[in-house]
Amino acid sequence: MISVKSLTKKYGSYTAVDDVSFVAAPGRVTGFLGPNGAGKSTTMRMIVGLTRPTSGSARIAGSLALNLPNPGRQVGVLLDASAQHAGRTGRETLTLARQTMGLPASRVGEVLDLVGLTAAEADRRVGAYSLGMRQRLGLAVALLGEPEVLVLDEPANGLDPAGIRWMRDLLRSYADGGATVLLSSHLLHEIEIVADDLVVIGDGRIVAQGTKTELLQDAGTVVRAADCDRLADALRDAGYSVAPTAGDGLRTDGDAALVGAVALRAGVALTELRAADGAGLEEMFLELTESTQREGVPA
Amino acid sequence: MTAVVIEKLRPSRTAAAVAPVPLNRLIHVELRKMFDTRSGFWLIASVAMTALVATASVILFGRDGDLTYANFGKAVGFPMAVILPMIAILSVTSEWSQRSGLTTFALVPNRKRVILAKAYAAVAVGAASMLVALGIGAVGTVVCTAVNGTSPVWDVSVVDGVYIVLGNVLGMLTGFMLGVLIRSSAGAIVAYFVYSFVLGSAFALLAQNQQWFHDARPWIDVNYAQSVLFEGAPSAQEWAHIGFTALIWLVVPLTIGLRRLMRSEIK
Repeated sequence: MISVKSLTKKYGSYTAVDDVSFVAAPGRVTGFLGPNGAGKSTTMRMIVGLTRPTSGSARIAGSLALNLPNPGRQVGVLLDASAQHAGRTGRETLTLARQTMGLPASRVGEVLDLVGLTAAEADRRVGAYSLGMRQRLGLAVALLGEPEVLVLDEPANGLDPAGIRWMRDLLRSYADGGATVLLSSHLLHEIEIVADDLVVIGDGRIVAQGTKTELLQDAGTVVRAADCDRLADALRDAGYSVAPTAGDGLRTDGDAALVGAVALRAGVALTELRAADGAGLEEMFLELTESTQREGVPA
Repeated sequence: MTAVVIEKLRPSRTAAAVAPVPLNRLIHVELRKMFDTRSGFWLIASVAMTALVATASVILFGRDGDLTYANFGKAVGFPMAVILPMIAILSVTSEWSQRSGLTTFALVPNRKRVILAKAYAAVAVGAASMLVALGIGAVGTVVCTAVNGTSPVWDVSVVDGVYIVLGNVLGMLTGFMLGVLIRSSAGAIVAYFVYSFVLGSAFALLAQNQQWFHDARPWIDVNYAQSVLFEGAPSAQEWAHIGFTALIWLVVPLTIGLRRLMRSEIK
């Protein structure tokens, strides 16, 4: 589990990450989505202890990265696949990480198999690797210590379509095994395939978060009540569409005022009533991206 | 393949109970990192080659009086003393220049421990390399005098050996300091050559032309002050020179560099 609380990073007067809070839960893939330069990488670096936050904190399994006894065994990190010593072989890179974590020598061969690097490829220097091979090596380093938490920054970069599919399956199965997986991307479609939960960031601020189902559904109202079944019946009788959401709620196409009136008439006590904040996640994301894109704008 | 392997993919449940990473493990890893890269390999290869050439020239061109233990030891030790500090430099700077620090400091977010391990590794290499040089020098002395039919000249005492090791360790720490201060491989290596050679020549020239500097030089010129360690027992005055120059040329910049390194961002 990763819990991020009011994380803020300022560089002089520029605020790169502004009061970011979210939780990445065990057993789920949390997609960290935002255009380039939105603050994803800075946030991830703060989570794993490579950058000091200006304020706020990020905890992994309840403790700061700095206080984890053997961080490699608890959090697998891949922030930039290019950030490897070009003069070392892939196998040597893994061996150093393995020794730091205190794992048996056999573990290197296991992760090489896992990420699909051959023995011959592992014995070549990282400087000769393609970006896709570096991603696989970086993922091998992250998986080496069988950590409960994975933090991956744009892991699909440089992979071919088959590689992207493979990466997706791997992360899915890792989360299904009970791990917390946080992965970032600047591509909505790439991340919506694999993520269970989404955290969307733009200009350093969180602009939306929730389960993927909630966020990707069309506009409407999310409502929770003590007796959801009775409320659902009442809404259907009043002519609105009703669908269950994750977390025992209902999603309906009626607006909040009408849903409230229906509930009052049916005598159902509401526990939550709000507009579905997924109102066009894609449009919102496009807007975010356009505002930071420089193409076509005269300098 | 993938499907089969992924079946076994489960995060370790024992992770909460893992033992902390001990410092000696980090030192071992940092020692290995000094020599497992292409640049590390070639630096060591160049030490071996220059030592071989130097030893050969002592044998070929030296007169009988030159075939002493001290000269054999120097032939092997001098190239080490010049080249090995670059290993100490790269040990620190490659984490930034090659960006491997992103992995190193993610595995050990406590930077003090990584940097401390690097410092220990640099000192260990500095000490071990001089012992190796003295060992090879001893073999050279024995073999060469046996071939020539002369008697070996053992003109390096144990105490001299300790001073030589100390001098070389100070050289390694200088490299380490420049790495910490500059955090860029190219920049730190240029600084090392300026520090060790250009600065020394400039000070020597100044001392020839200015009487006041001639007197002050042992308190200012760090290379000059430390060079006595390779020439036998320093006097109390000379120890003071070594201590004072190490303070201004090593301890102060190292402290500044460490403070900046601890606060810096690893990107």
